[in-house]
Amino acid sequence: MPESLAITKFSDLANPTRFLGLAARILPWMAGITAILFALGLYLTFSSEGDYQQGMTVRIMYVHVPAAWLSMMCYSVMAVSAIGTLVWRHPLADVSHKTAAPIGAAFTLIALATGSLWGKPMWGTWWVWDARLTSVFVLFLMYLGLIALNRAMDDPGKAARVSAVLILVGFVNIPIIKFSVDWWNTLHQPASVIRVDGPTIDKEFLWPLLIMAIAFTLLFFTLHIAAMRNEIWRRRVSAQRRMAARMAGQTPAKEA
Amino acid sequence: MTHTFYISASYIVAAIVILCLIGWVWLDGRARQRELAELEASGIRRRSARPAPTDGAAL
Repeated sequence: MPESLAITKFSDLANPTRFLGLAARILPWMAGITAILFALGLYLTFSSEGDYQQGMTVRIMYVHVPAAWLSMMCYSVMAVSAIGTLVWRHPLADVSHKTAAPIGAAFTLIALATGSLWGKPMWGTWWVWDARLTSVFVLFLMYLGLIALNRAMDDPGKAARVSAVLILVGFVNIPIIKFSVDWWNTLHQPASVIRVDGPTIDKEFLWPLLIMAIAFTLLFFTLHIAAMRNEIWRRRVSAQRRMAARMAGQTPAKEA
Repeated sequence: MTHTFYISASYIVAAIVILCLIGWVWLDGRARQRELAELEASGIRRRSARPAPTDGAAL
């Protein structure tokens, strides 16, 4: 009797075939909702008023802040996946952290570039080596290092274990990024949304920011699931090519 | 440079990076699907994707 591919509990996702079935069902919906949220977020962004101090440059916040949040969230997803690789040896855990690294690097690049473009008119400089900017730059380098490490090793299992250790060691940088503006005297402003005493940002700016943040988050998960699906297919192609090579090697031996 | 330049540049940079990311994932998916289809067409299938043996066939 064939095994059912229905997903009834979270651990069922350990089966790559079940994951591919789920991805095929949910990806079109996720992509559609992401596009709608981006359209709504961009409409609110460009119809909102300027800040009394910053003027219209406050609009840079609507791409800079979600990208910066995503740069940290993506690394946190990778850290959870790294635990999955080292502790539970979950078949999809290394697929998850391998495919999240380029996406995280892209969001970190957006955060660094838009932060620099916001800094020039507001601070009078493109870049300063303060704690927040430097720690985010280190995060970007870590993403690039992890991408290079995964591509440098032929054995995906070994690359996954080495990457997982490196990801968990590097996770120390995430609280440093978050609290750098509180622990050190930085040019970068302290948090104004995720605070113990609630957001200090006006609702005029908060709503477009939250909608853009949800749109960016959904975009990340859509791309991550699609990239994981591609990686599973890549591994199947490699396995089938190895099998074809073995079969080609056996046939002449049988004929002889 | 005006504030409009910095705002436009920020959105253009973000759009380029995101579109490159979407394009890379989409094209990668298409290439892998094509490779799998080619392997299947040449008779190379995963063990779990092979048809079950019919009655009377060797087990």
